[in-house]
Amino acid sequence: MSTTTPSISPPRRRTLRLNQQDRDHWLSTAKYFGRTLLKTLFIIWLVTTLTFFIIRTLPGNPVDIMVMSLMDTGLSEEEAQARAKALFRIDFDKPVMAQYTEFMNNLLHGDLGDSYVLAPGKPVMDILMQRLPWTLFSAGISLLISFMLGIFLGMIAAYKRNSWIDQLLTNVSAILDAVPNTLTAILLVMLLGLALKVVPFSMMRGSLSPGIKPGFTLEFFVDAFRHLLVPCMVYVLSTLGGWMLAMRSSTISALGDDYVTVAKARGLPDMRIITAYVGRNASLPLFTGLAISLGFVVAGSVLIELIFVYQGVGLLLSQAIAKRDYPLMQGILLMLTIMVILSTAVADLLYGWLDPRIRIASGEK
Amino acid sequence: MAAMTALPQRLFKSTWTTLKILARNKAGFLGFVMFVSLLLMSFIGPLIVPPEVQADTTAINGSPTADHPLGTNFQGHDNLVMVVYGGREVLVVAFTAGILTVLIAISFGAFSAYLGGWVDTLLMSITDTWLTLPRAIILYVLATLVELDSINALGIFLALFSWPGLARQIRSQILSLKKREYVEAAVLLDLGTPHIVFREMLPSMMSFIAIALIDAMKVAIYQQVSLVFLGAVPFGSGWSTVFYSAYAKNAQYQADAAWSLIAPMGAIILFQLSLVLFSRSLEEVFNPRLRVGV
Repeated sequence: MSTTTPSISPPRRRTLRLNQQDRDHWLSTAKYFGRTLLKTLFIIWLVTTLTFFIIRTLPGNPVDIMVMSLMDTGLSEEEAQARAKALFRIDFDKPVMAQYTEFMNNLLHGDLGDSYVLAPGKPVMDILMQRLPWTLFSAGISLLISFMLGIFLGMIAAYKRNSWIDQLLTNVSAILDAVPNTLTAILLVMLLGLALKVVPFSMMRGSLSPGIKPGFTLEFFVDAFRHLLVPCMVYVLSTLGGWMLAMRSSTISALGDDYVTVAKARGLPDMRIITAYVGRNASLPLFTGLAISLGFVVAGSVLIELIFVYQGVGLLLSQAIAKRDYPLMQGILLMLTIMVILSTAVADLLYGWLDPRIRIASGEK
Repeated sequence: MAAMTALPQRLFKSTWTTLKILARNKAGFLGFVMFVSLLLMSFIGPLIVPPEVQADTTAINGSPTADHPLGTNFQGHDNLVMVVYGGREVLVVAFTAGILTVLIAISFGAFSAYLGGWVDTLLMSITDTWLTLPRAIILYVLATLVELDSINALGIFLALFSWPGLARQIRSQILSLKKREYVEAAVLLDLGTPHIVFREMLPSMMSFIAIALIDAMKVAIYQQVSLVFLGAVPFGSGWSTVFYSAYAKNAQYQADAAWSLIAPMGAIILFQLSLVLFSRSLEEVFNPRLRVGV
């Protein structure tokens, strides 16, 4: 860059000094990235290892459960055991350590193993990839709606603070935040399906009507959106309160800042102060929250998908837990951990990028 | 002797003042009254309301009548009796989990902030690691694997999952308290760590801790409902179990059975509501700046 304007000499010296700063900056950034990467890898290893051993040392492994259910059908214990082992194609008599090294070795080659019970023999990775889009789409869209609505309502509450509308909004969102989302879901099913009869029950069970194939057809999209409607309402209702309260307090503290007073004194139009000054600054910390929430999107979907029989990863996890499908449980847990850790790292970086004050502070350090 | 008589009087007076400030905030007072009523119903109620001797098989999935003010469930059990008897379990879990969460968080936060150095680094890395993990999912997976066969076990289990956020908050509070003049004065007077922590620092954090306790109870009830829903906690007669057993019979699709869901769900929601309102008005009691028009 400095060579493009050779005719002016004084600025050149300045850019040289900047380059020195740049180098320092890049060095510290690289160090930061290196440390974050190492920490991330360590946590992923820790979670995988812990879950591996916890799952296998606790009572009720899948072979035992299968043997029990086979014995219920009248087989003798030996027959049942032989049958179950053949079905699972796995040697549970092998020492746990040997199972662990095999598992880790496969993992490093990107192989999460095959499902034991829910879809015997099918690679966990394939099942995950098949289910993931549903959850990401449904819970992701709901998260964005909830976030934007929360910011909007939070600003209203902050601007009208201590008025009746603020009282109403804060109390309602505090309550929505405290009511378990399972209860919200069932209340909505009862309200919309039973009491008002505006939504047929078939729209609140499953992610598609029977007979409709996924593809780029209008029929598919309409049907998918119809099944998304009520679960989406539940997600929004149960997370809206948190966003709103956060935005409200963030806005109130921004309103007291000097730059807002100055902007008012300069006679800027109210709308411009609200959007470009207060809104932009007050929503900064919330964007970090949004990035973190993106990682938790699947985690929050378990119970909702169970209630609405929505064919996503959340439902898959509860089914895998019920049937003790270890590779599947392990695969989902690993994927969720990676998502959560990555989104936290993204949130950190995002915050530095959105708020220069933090960048400068960490640069000086 | 004078001190002996003065103490109850002082206690009475400060309780009275607290109640007066609570009563000033209508919503908060309502929350307080609801909280106390639900406690009384759950712990004293079973002594007054006779247990159901036999299910009323003539009224299955009944609507409210004079005999059954909240209707009956799919087996003809009285919903009101189940709600009265189902409170204790839920509340005990909430109290156990709430108190333990706060205790663990205080120990981690206080030791970390007060001792500093490698203790701080170690305790905070544990806290941060635990914070970054998908705890809800780990909670679900572990709860189905660990045999949670008593309410106390469930309370302890829930507390292990909910302390890290609070520990961080307490650490930063203590760090800022350490710089206050009266604490520095106590340090200079060489009053000893226990005195400084328990007599100087914790009292000024009591409001924060009381509100954190209520929040932790709220979270514990939330998680407990989720776990019952996943079929992870096998025991019980609590509200969440009553609600789940009706749900498992598809009560949410039948207009007749609605009351067997509304009764236990109403109890849970009312209790959560009372906690929310109560904690918001407590903030006002502890923080005079929030009191409007006093």
